[in-house]
Amino acid sequence: MTAHRLPLTEILTGLGLLAAPFVLPPLGFAPNTVNQILVWGLFGIGFDILFGYTGLLSFGQSAFFGTGGFVAAYILTNDIVSSVPLALLIGMVAATIVGVLVGMIALRRTGIYFAMITVAIAEMFFFVENSPLSHWTGGENGIPGVPTPRFEIGQWSLSIGTGWPMYWFLAVIYFLGIVIALRIVRSPVGAVLVAIRDNPVRAAAVGHAVGLYKLTAFVIASAYAGLAGGLLGVLQGFMPPDAFTFDTSGQLVMQTAIGGTGTLFGPLVGATVWLFLRDFLQSALNLGSAWKLVLGLIFVLLICFLRRGLIGGLKDLWTLSRHRQVLEEPPEEAPPPAATDAAPLPAHHGLEAPSSGPILTARGLTKRYGGLLANSDIDFTVNSGALHGIIGPNGAGKTTFFRMLTCEVPPTSGTITFAGRDITGMSMTNVCQLGLTKSYQVNQLFSRLTVRENLRIAALADLRGKFRLDLFRNPARIPGLTEQVDRTLALVGLTRRADTPVSALAYGEKRRLEIGLALATSPGLLLLDEPLAGMSPRERVETVQLLKSIRQGRTMIVIDHDMDALFELAERITVLQEGRVLAEGTPAEIKNNAQVREAYLGGVVEA
Amino acid sequence: MNWSNLVAQMFNGLVLGALLALISSGLTIIYGTLGVLNLAHGAMFMIGGYAGYLAFEATGSYPIAVVAGAALVMVLGILIERVIVRHFYGRPAEDQILVTFGLGIVFVELVRLGFGSLSRSVPPPSWAQGVTSLGFTVYPTYRLVVVGIVAVALLILYLVLYRTRLGMIVRAGIEDSVMVDSLGINVYRVFMVVFGIGAMAAGFAGIVNAPVASLTPDVGESIMIETFVVVVIGGVGSFPGAILGGLIAGQILSLTSIVDPGYSYVMLFAAMTIVLLVRPRGLLGSRSRD
Repeated sequence: MTAHRLPLTEILTGLGLLAAPFVLPPLGFAPNTVNQILVWGLFGIGFDILFGYTGLLSFGQSAFFGTGGFVAAYILTNDIVSSVPLALLIGMVAATIVGVLVGMIALRRTGIYFAMITVAIAEMFFFVENSPLSHWTGGENGIPGVPTPRFEIGQWSLSIGTGWPMYWFLAVIYFLGIVIALRIVRSPVGAVLVAIRDNPVRAAAVGHAVGLYKLTAFVIASAYAGLAGGLLGVLQGFMPPDAFTFDTSGQLVMQTAIGGTGTLFGPLVGATVWLFLRDFLQSALNLGSAWKLVLGLIFVLLICFLRRGLIGGLKDLWTLSRHRQVLEEPPEEAPPPAATDAAPLPAHHGLEAPSSGPILTARGLTKRYGGLLANSDIDFTVNSGALHGIIGPNGAGKTTFFRMLTCEVPPTSGTITFAGRDITGMSMTNVCQLGLTKSYQVNQLFSRLTVRENLRIAALADLRGKFRLDLFRNPARIPGLTEQVDRTLALVGLTRRADTPVSALAYGEKRRLEIGLALATSPGLLLLDEPLAGMSPRERVETVQLLKSIRQGRTMIVIDHDMDALFELAERITVLQEGRVLAEGTPAEIKNNAQVREAYLGGVVEA
Repeated sequence: MNWSNLVAQMFNGLVLGALLALISSGLTIIYGTLGVLNLAHGAMFMIGGYAGYLAFEATGSYPIAVVAGAALVMVLGILIERVIVRHFYGRPAEDQILVTFGLGIVFVELVRLGFGSLSRSVPPPSWAQGVTSLGFTVYPTYRLVVVGIVAVALLILYLVLYRTRLGMIVRAGIEDSVMVDSLGINVYRVFMVVFGIGAMAAGFAGIVNAPVASLTPDVGESIMIETFVVVVIGGVGSFPGAILGGLIAGQILSLTSIVDPGYSYVMLFAAMTIVLLVRPRGLLGSRSRD
């Protein structure tokens, strides 16, 4: 991604919009159909940012479409505002405000709950439009007489009628809409949104305020919906109450899925297919109302067999044909071992960590799951700069202990102090921003992104803080980002695999990336939950080497079952058993501790 | 407004609430067991109504209509699970939602193709026509019968869920489906049966409701949205929650309509919002599912 990239997508979009009035009519598109396609395409841009990029499936976009449309239509028809563009803007702002409020409620839950709640809220808007507000909205009749745009420059005035003149008005707005959306999805915010879609838990764990970013996507989607709603009224000269129905939201979802999610252009393609087939089936084939059945069947088949829609399918074909050529090249040799000569990453800057003395203190830490006592009254201290090992049999409560230290779960009782601050009950995101994070026992990667993109997500949290609305910023211009990502790549030995998708990595490489994700947030205190789990002996040696190379300037706590490795690495070791601290001391002390031998080795005395 | 009007509205709320409770139970046990939100659930309700209508037209018998409506939807539910939904267990929740949403549209449009958009109606059985005196007010007999029938259906569903081996597996699956699978129980067969039973609950409600409200192909859509609200209020995946949520929703809808029918849905969604703000898991939702 260079700073002076030719804006190819934008240019092609512009050319396409210029060519459409000449290309489409011979194919049987009426100007009004093309105009509707643009409105639905614009509506869908925002929805695609919400669903395709952020992974939030809303069935309630009609609420914002209708709000924007009715506000614009009302102020235009009641002579409150005479300028159509101004009215559209006001409608869009109204939809945006509604989006903030609705988002704050709907985003309290995820997945199917989110889908259900958005359906219900949108339905409420329909009823509000229909009854309590019918005095203003016309209820079931809608608002007729919405004027078309008129521009006056001096004595010269330009009135935009229906048909192709309207097309040019809509095309300009669509073009602006797509240019802005492309900037957004390429911005750091766009990168975080995709990370949230892939793995919301890890996105929060590396220090992004996931809730606020989701709300951002939701509000962007409502802004686009509001603008599109206003345009619908202007286009038709009439604001229909149908804008608020579940059918509207459903049609948007289907068009986006047909065209392809996560592309921004999917909704436009989907709307083209939808509206063309509707006209074609109704008039040419005389199918009457059965057109919707045909479209429903097409939709179900696409979801079953071509989930990424038409654009996704074409992309897959394209990569498949290119992949063939790649396969003919000789297969890549085994990945290189972790490069130990790479410059070590500096530890977190924002944190005033003590250079000596305790950096992390836990007092009386207890976690109870119902009747099960996972951790009981653990006292634990780690000094700054130390490498502390934790061992214990399976079920000893090691992972629960880590989950409490990183504030993934709150302790039932007890306190945690990190760098002089009481962090008990803080969010995982805030704790990571303070410079405490962990790598997971089970890989938590952004599985649809490449290695470099994964590390970039983590580094962005470190360099931008937990939330920033730099919607139009080019990530390449963030000082230090490229360096931080490249250094981490080199440290975990994945430089040559930087542009490989995570799904194509070998297990050992994924484990190293898992550590790299934690590392790229430049933590002052790094917790590693079984970094050696499942590795071959050779990979173990490499990873131990890696751990040694990253400990400079930071504190580390490592859980592992590989005692030889831990005895080699750690200065102090804590042994957990049945949720309690069994022993703590230097590796030599632990090796010779009778209780530990009893617990671990079953009393077998060995040399 | 007088007392008899209020009581009559509360009875209306009870009828609606009982139906919503039954439909929501179907939705919620499917979600609880399979993890799939079935957006074709409203279509199941509608098809139950039409299947019952056909059976009634053919035989003139109300019991046959109810049994035929429910049975057909159960078979349809099993078919949907076997042919389509089964292939979506390993796919993201969004794909499951999309495919069932699409199926719902296909069913609605198929029925529209077959029956047209004109509304159809099934008369109440002869023994349940007219009104019954409740002492202080008179009330349509069939609506009282609906409450009774739905109560029996819910009781049977309760017995199946809490007193049979299948129910034990279903409830265990709601807690931890991986564990159930690893115990050597064929969860896929259970899934199929549960999808059938869940769809049947909606189809049964559809035919029982047909004499109360007329049938159109779109009758399922608003019911399904109300069902979502019920399930969110009661707690997704919770059978008792679906019943409680259904009864609450029924009362909100009918009591508000005494004041102004235009506000009844607004109040319903306001109630859902309050529950979400105060208790995001729903009134009886368990912590384990999210």
